[in-house]
Amino acid sequence: MDRDEAKGIIDRIDAACAQAGRVCIMEVCGTHTVSLFRSGIKSLLGESIHLISGPGCPVCVTSQGYIDAACELAVRPDVTVCTYGDMVRVPGQVGSLESQRARGGSVEVVYSPRDALTMAKQHPDRQVVFLAVGFETTTPGTAATVIAARGEGVENFSILSGHKLVIPAMEALLAGGEVPVDGFLCPGHVSVIIGAGAYRPIAERYHKPCVVAGFEPRGMLEAILHIVRQVADGKALVENAYGAVVSSEGNAVARDVVDRVFVPADAVWRAMGTLPDSGLELREGFRAFDAVGRLGVEIGPDVCPDGCLCGEVIQGKATPAECALFGTACTPVEPVGPCMVSSEGTCAAWYKYNRPAQPGVEKA
Amino acid sequence: MTPQGDDGRGAQIVMAHGGGGELTRRLLAEHIVPPLANDLLDPMTDSAVLPPIAGRLCLTTDAFVVQPLEFPGGDIGTLAVCGTVNDLAVMGAVPIALSLAMVIEEGLALDTLDRIVASIARSASEAGVVIATGDTKVVERRDTEGMTITTAGVGQVRQDANLAAGRIGPGDVLILNGHLAEHGLAVMSARKGLSFQTDLLSDVAPLGGLVQALLDSGADVKFLRDPTRGGLAGLLADLADETSLGIEIDEQAVPVTPATRNTADMLGLDVLTVANEGKVVAAVSADDADAALAACRAHPLGRAGAVIGRFVHAEVPLVEMMTSVGGRRIVSRPYGEDLPRIC
Repeated sequence: MDRDEAKGIIDRIDAACAQAGRVCIMEVCGTHTVSLFRSGIKSLLGESIHLISGPGCPVCVTSQGYIDAACELAVRPDVTVCTYGDMVRVPGQVGSLESQRARGGSVEVVYSPRDALTMAKQHPDRQVVFLAVGFETTTPGTAATVIAARGEGVENFSILSGHKLVIPAMEALLAGGEVPVDGFLCPGHVSVIIGAGAYRPIAERYHKPCVVAGFEPRGMLEAILHIVRQVADGKALVENAYGAVVSSEGNAVARDVVDRVFVPADAVWRAMGTLPDSGLELREGFRAFDAVGRLGVEIGPDVCPDGCLCGEVIQGKATPAECALFGTACTPVEPVGPCMVSSEGTCAAWYKYNRPAQPGVEKA
Repeated sequence: MTPQGDDGRGAQIVMAHGGGGELTRRLLAEHIVPPLANDLLDPMTDSAVLPPIAGRLCLTTDAFVVQPLEFPGGDIGTLAVCGTVNDLAVMGAVPIALSLAMVIEEGLALDTLDRIVASIARSASEAGVVIATGDTKVVERRDTEGMTITTAGVGQVRQDANLAAGRIGPGDVLILNGHLAEHGLAVMSARKGLSFQTDLLSDVAPLGGLVQALLDSGADVKFLRDPTRGGLAGLLADLADETSLGIEIDEQAVPVTPATRNTADMLGLDVLTVANEGKVVAAVSADDADAALAACRAHPLGRAGAVIGRFVHAEVPLVEMMTSVGGRRIVSRPYGEDLPRIC
């Protein structure tokens, strides 16, 4: 997409806004947050479009108790913790996985759960724990790996499930009624699995347009245009601006794999508390691969750092600039909360791509 | 967690190879010295004796700890030579001699060592430099991958080179010699635990010839630096700080191949923050941009070269990029190592 094409869509968005007024759009997913900043789209949209980041950064929504449990496991002499890179620097109550590694803990960054299983097979003398976090995009991989581990009889592999589901979080936000959202920009990769149709209850019950988009500038701009036009027309439909990749039904095979291994369960979200049926726990037949039972680790309470507004930021209730710590006590080098650490975190994206001349004074 | 090496198959490094006795002599005589042979090294004296050198000298050193030791497009040997000669090159220096210190872990396969020493010899030859002196130690097997290398290099600064960040002013342009991010992604693709497939090769290469061509062009080249760790983003952020100037770059002008772009997107990485080992950024007077770019593109390592941005007056020395869709965003230096995201 070139600059003229982008300008063409922006002009149409502006024209639709003339009819719709100011439109608040929540980008549910952290990948969209980063892509909107990185592509410069955020800087191109006029005052009429207010983009709010939602609870879709997997690291950011992970509870403090989970981070602390992972850190506790990492320093056990016979345990290796395998994690996606994003988790390594999230501060817990007693340091991060990064600092645990520096103290001699065993922490390995992997790109997929399969790599963790391979590591377990190569090191039968160690308990290898995979930190299974992420939304519907990553759960099929975890599920398939657990099935493989059981099939191959790998007894030193387990997962610490922190998996979360997108739709219950969106419903919790809307039910709370505190966030002024006019429509949702829905994540392409999650939607590949759950299907665009999964957003229908949101559109119908809460009368909010939901438009699925990929992460290319064109797709994101077109999706924003669709949302604004729906708002202007008083509609609340599910639309799919990522039709080449996302179907209405999603990937039933992948969902079946997840369903064989996991069952929906109440889950603790950072600062949001326990949301019913918003997480995934291992089914009875796969319980042996649950690190909580296997290694007797406890996931403690979700104690957020003093003054940190990450909990409000992930719910769209505050912008990073409204946090007193942003850019001063909390920076990517010395993060206080996870939103400043994760590559998909809202605070990290604000700091990295939109850093004002004086911290905390410029709006995104 | 996985000491590399060739357990039970083929010859390996053992502690005695570092003991100073017969095994040490054989290791040097059979595996290390012959591929590197040259007039400065061959006497095997305690120090190399260099010929008299007129003018200003540059001295630099670099330690190499890459994992894995071998990756698509290169290995720790090519890095150890290119990294150091490139640090000389960007100071406008012609390399004269390198030192080579290898700390090898027991268990490293001798075949692997032979390949790495051959790479060192080949890269030194390409760079027009010799390994004048060296040292080899053997340590117990650790949690890493087999060996680390430290090289130091001495070079003679060209008389006509006048390279300093302080000479850069508003309006000066930035030239980059080619495609970004290939080294970092190639190494990542070969790293344990990160099993993604890519055809990307490291761009590791000695930059001396290209730098000489830039300086020979007659263009007023004010500053040169190679965007290694921290990538282009780190280099530009540093340069903005050092010059107290703003920098504006144009995303459409920054050379990145589609394969690199796709791989970085898949991993959630910003190509601007990924490491390079065969790239150089030149700050050049705007009047001389065409001449410098022509010289760059005439060199095999600069064919994809481009003017990517310029220095501007700014109250706050930030790097700003006009994105491919016409938006703007800040370019920051990365925190530390690049880590793939979750989804």
